[in-house]
Amino acid sequence: MRALAIHKEEVTMRSTTVRHLVGGIAALACALAVVAGTASAAPSGPPIRIGSTLALTGPLASTALVHQLVGDIYVEQINKKNGLLGRPVEWIVKDDQSKPDLARTLYEQLITVDKVDLLMGPYATGAILSAMGVAQRYNKVLVHHTFGIPSLAKYDAQFPTWSLGADPAATFPNTLFDALATTPKPPKTVAIVTSKFPSVHFMSLGAREAVKKRGLQEVVFLEWDFGNRDFGAIAARVKDANPDLVWVGAIGLEGNQLLDAMKKIDYTPPLHFYMYPAPGPMAQAPEAKNALAATIFEEHAPYLNNPGAAEFVKLFNERAAKAGLPYTAVETQAAASYSAWQVLDAAVTATKSLDDKVLAEWLRKNKVDTIQGKLRFDGPSNYGDDLMAVKQVQNGRWVTVWPKSVAAPGATLMTK
Amino acid sequence: MGLPSLSLIAQSVLSGVFIGALYGLLGLGLSLSWGLLRQINLAHFALAFLAAYLCYQLSTVGGIDPLLTLVVIVPGFFALGVAMQWLFARFEITAFNSLLVTFGLTVIVESLIQSIWTADFRRLESTYGNAKFKLGFLYIPAPELLTLVLSLSLAFSMWAALRYTDIGKALRAAAEDGPIATAFGVNRQALALLLSGACAALAGVAGVCIALSYTLAPAQIYGWIGVVFAAVMMGGLGRPLGPIVAGIVIGVSESVTMALTSPSWAPLVSFSLLIVVLLVRPSRV
Repeated sequence: MRALAIHKEEVTMRSTTVRHLVGGIAALACALAVVAGTASAAPSGPPIRIGSTLALTGPLASTALVHQLVGDIYVEQINKKNGLLGRPVEWIVKDDQSKPDLARTLYEQLITVDKVDLLMGPYATGAILSAMGVAQRYNKVLVHHTFGIPSLAKYDAQFPTWSLGADPAATFPNTLFDALATTPKPPKTVAIVTSKFPSVHFMSLGAREAVKKRGLQEVVFLEWDFGNRDFGAIAARVKDANPDLVWVGAIGLEGNQLLDAMKKIDYTPPLHFYMYPAPGPMAQAPEAKNALAATIFEEHAPYLNNPGAAEFVKLFNERAAKAGLPYTAVETQAAASYSAWQVLDAAVTATKSLDDKVLAEWLRKNKVDTIQGKLRFDGPSNYGDDLMAVKQVQNGRWVTVWPKSVAAPGATLMTK
Repeated sequence: MGLPSLSLIAQSVLSGVFIGALYGLLGLGLSLSWGLLRQINLAHFALAFLAAYLCYQLSTVGGIDPLLTLVVIVPGFFALGVAMQWLFARFEITAFNSLLVTFGLTVIVESLIQSIWTADFRRLESTYGNAKFKLGFLYIPAPELLTLVLSLSLAFSMWAALRYTDIGKALRAAAEDGPIATAFGVNRQALALLLSGACAALAGVAGVCIALSYTLAPAQIYGWIGVVFAAVMMGGLGRPLGPIVAGIVIGVSESVTMALTSPSWAPLVSFSLLIVVLLVRPSRV
């Protein structure tokens, strides 16, 4: 009897233990379900494939690298959340070798062979123009980040995220001269020297018009071919002309090359502006003190208050350092690139569709919050406002100084 | 537009001399390998940029004076040149094929540079970069002056070596008529290894000069090819003084064009000069 009692007790204990165990597992499962419910569910199903090219080699590679990092960061971020429409995102990026003709072929491949669901634009005007032609042929939406000549964007399903405005040659020089007009000694004489690189040349011609309209004096106008190596004579001519302001229609390293040549003849321009300089080399060059340039984003408030900006900046700084980039700050290139991903994401999420026609329709009618501000696509060539601001090298870093609405806290335009 | 000032013209001429000296220095090794080894060595430009990046690395990370990096770069590149020539001889690469093979090598070196230093810009900050002298109203930057001095001394040294030494005479004889030179006891293979090593070492020196004066990016390798080829062809193949003279003529012409007219006309100058030289003296090439 006693043995039977003991056996019964053991059975009871065992069944109690099993009940406790099952109860525990159930509770754990419930807890996990609650946690999973509050966080995003992992994306599942076949991936949404987004195709693009970038100039991973060739003369544009230094900047395209920034766009590659940005794309990697965005895709990683989105896949950590719920993907797109609950599906993981896969980014297929091919090397167009800085060649627009190759970009055309590769976009064709992305659509017809890789059968990507969506397209993302390549880097730089020439390649984007090529990709635009292909996108148009297949009625695909093309969101792009670095198209420099808005008047050439004729396709109605292309969406630019570099907020140049529809006519930057008219609007941006005015922004700059408005900024300079606030200084104690606004410029009266201007030297305009410019690369013949298409996306900066037309801006320099716009600056000439602005100079004329404002009654300023153009003391010298010089043009050079992109790829020029010797800036000695150009620097000497600028020095000879002795202007109050030098407008340098430079792209990439050209600005530094001219600055270097000016330094060698002991000349420092009173005011100097560079259209699209290589941000790192210019910020770090001592002779670039107070140099001005155009921007759509810098690493300070109020830009950092825009949705996603602070987190992205932190991630980009880390990744750029890890990738061995000498300049790790987020500025125009990275910001335009991240905005492009935000725009594509916003359109797909809002419409719950991958249909290019639906996406294009939605984008034309809606504004999208991006790290550079609200973008709209309802103006000429799908361009919205010209959000370009004026930045300046101060203490070895770029800070936005104009307009006041986006200027870094406490920053003012320095003239000495 | 008023008359250009004397200081503008003089400074522009000086600037042209300096850039011309770099054209000449880059062209020197190219001209010798083309003229004496019958190799059109496009990889010469890639080697120069590889040396520039090594100079940047050794100076920036290693803290070595940029000029002292020559102690490592020159022998290292000499060995590289010897190895290249050994491979070329082993696979019997012809003059035309050398153009294709060395283009391939250039692409490989560009990729190597990009994988190590990324495609982003690199700038060597050194004490030489800010040093300059003033001579009357003329400014003379130290790195450019250094390039000029190195170019002239190397060009004259090579000229003297080819003209007055036994090895130089043997090299010229081998280029003139290989089989006959061999019959007279000239060891063509050994001489070719020596010359190829010397040309690569010259590329190394040019690279250090580039690092001292320019911001580096891998794709810039290709930016120099056209104008340096023009200098080499104008200067005459296998002639050590030719590229430096032609380089300075091109540099000054470009610079004066920029000072007097639109700078965008400058690139036309080098190739117009080349066409004129080819029309007037076609035997130079």
